[in-house]
Amino acid sequence: MSRAHLGLIAVFILLALVPPVAEALGQSSMIRLIGQVLILGMAAASLNFILGYGGMVSFGHAAFYGIGGYVVGMLYHHHDAGTAFLGIIPGTTQMLITVPAAIFVSGLAALLVGALALRTGGVQFIMITLAFAQMFFFLFVSLKTYGGEDGIMVRRSNELLGLNLRDVPTLYWVVLTCAAGYYLFLRRLVNSSFGQTIAGIRQNERRMAAMGVDTYRTKLLAFVLSGAGAGFAGALMVIFLRFASPDMMHWTKSGELMVMVILGGVGTLAGPFIGAGALFTLETTLGRFTEHWALPVGIILLIVVLATKGGIIGLVQRLFGGRK
Amino acid sequence: MSPVLQIDGLVKRFGGLVATDAVSLTVAPGEIHALIGPNGAGKSTLINQICGEMRSNGGTIHLAGRDITHLRAAERVSLGLGRTFQITSLLDDMTVRQNLGMAIQARRGGHSRLFDIAASRVKIWEEADEALAGSGLEGSAEHRVADLAHGEKKQLELLMAFALRPKLMLLDEPMAGLGHLESQEMIATLRATRGDAAMLLVEHDMEAVFALADRISVLVYGRIVASGTADEIRANPAVREAYLGEEDA
Repeated sequence: MSRAHLGLIAVFILLALVPPVAEALGQSSMIRLIGQVLILGMAAASLNFILGYGGMVSFGHAAFYGIGGYVVGMLYHHHDAGTAFLGIIPGTTQMLITVPAAIFVSGLAALLVGALALRTGGVQFIMITLAFAQMFFFLFVSLKTYGGEDGIMVRRSNELLGLNLRDVPTLYWVVLTCAAGYYLFLRRLVNSSFGQTIAGIRQNERRMAAMGVDTYRTKLLAFVLSGAGAGFAGALMVIFLRFASPDMMHWTKSGELMVMVILGGVGTLAGPFIGAGALFTLETTLGRFTEHWALPVGIILLIVVLATKGGIIGLVQRLFGGRK
Repeated sequence: MSPVLQIDGLVKRFGGLVATDAVSLTVAPGEIHALIGPNGAGKSTLINQICGEMRSNGGTIHLAGRDITHLRAAERVSLGLGRTFQITSLLDDMTVRQNLGMAIQARRGGHSRLFDIAASRVKIWEEADEALAGSGLEGSAEHRVADLAHGEKKQLELLMAFALRPKLMLLDEPMAGLGHLESQEMIATLRATRGDAAMLLVEHDMEAVFALADRISVLVYGRIVASGTADEIRANPAVREAYLGEEDA
């Protein structure tokens, strides 16, 4: 128990040291890259909560990620233009408002999608979540006010308690704090009564229903929490990159998140973060040699799935003496 | 005393096929009522209708005096309807103790507690250990369910069903796939628990049925053709012809 705590603290300190170390090595672009990995890791972790723990294969998760991002982008847009969304909601760049708003709106979108999609299961569930995500994608492509397919450039950084978020290391530390907080949130969640119920439903929904558990409502709650988490990540990404585009909710993004989860380890807490790091590293290194980096990535994914039971985490656990 | 379960004129149609044809039966408090019949007689359909996995096309179901005909499965469970499955249906990745804990949690509630620690809900685990103590599974509490033998799974299934403290227990072929010795154990377990809940027992194993049942109903082609005590059923010529066959001595 305490060993696990020490490990977490060590990882947090190492990640917190990234900006000074990267700057000392003259590799300050590393800060941006690792920051993005952390955010993508959060998005993948939110997907993993329903996919790995809850057994719901959502193929439209990028929709919530993108919606979270767009909330930040749109609030900036109205702030900048001095207009109001639907004539009522004024814009803002206060991070303490934009991020909670993003979490709320993407959670609401997940409630809508989940309420319908969760009436089905299996392949139909995959298809319905995918269809919804594509609907959101085309909706935002067609919104010319918000840049259409070009998206929104957020020319002014968000503000948070007097911190200078134009400064990349500061922004990175804010992201790291959010990622750490989200990790702890998920850790708490999977060990709760609710987390156990969700795990039970993954293993045998019929049995849980026979014991009187309202499986639909439980799954819907999980789906909403997961969508809200993805929205959180999307909001951070837009604040971090200062750019929101419909590509954030394209189906290939959903696929990417899923690959991260599988690569890192389905149903583990750290897996999605490791998977995000692995995929991001693969893409950038292979991308340097060839435009067709997706092919070798695909082959590597195939090998990981076939050869390691439980992704990179599973491999590490087997190499270093069994499960805890 | 008013019956725990009362079914009146229950109907289930699949297209042109009438799987449950105006079935009426009752289970009295403390009673074990066995339901027998040849394969395809509609026993599983009837069970699924009672527990709410299948909608009925007609008739009513009352549980302890309350009309549950139109309630969802989960609501029926909370009113005191328990069941075991013909094919064991457990949480395979969890241990025996965790499975039992889940059943107890299901009864106590709190599925939407997001931030408690399930492992620290002491009362649940005390009750689980209590239920395991003295059962055949005492030594396997920490075994993964996927690794259990078939007979052990059947026992766990029963323990979990009783952990919900049902008023009425639907037992869907509890002897299926058990060896002779295991069947004897199961019969003994059911006898020991007969005071805890009234039971509707669907079973092919005639030895078990005659050993346990206070009353027996015979279902053939979705219709109850006879109902009575074990002796009456044994002596009933229609039943012998339709079901027990010539080999029954």
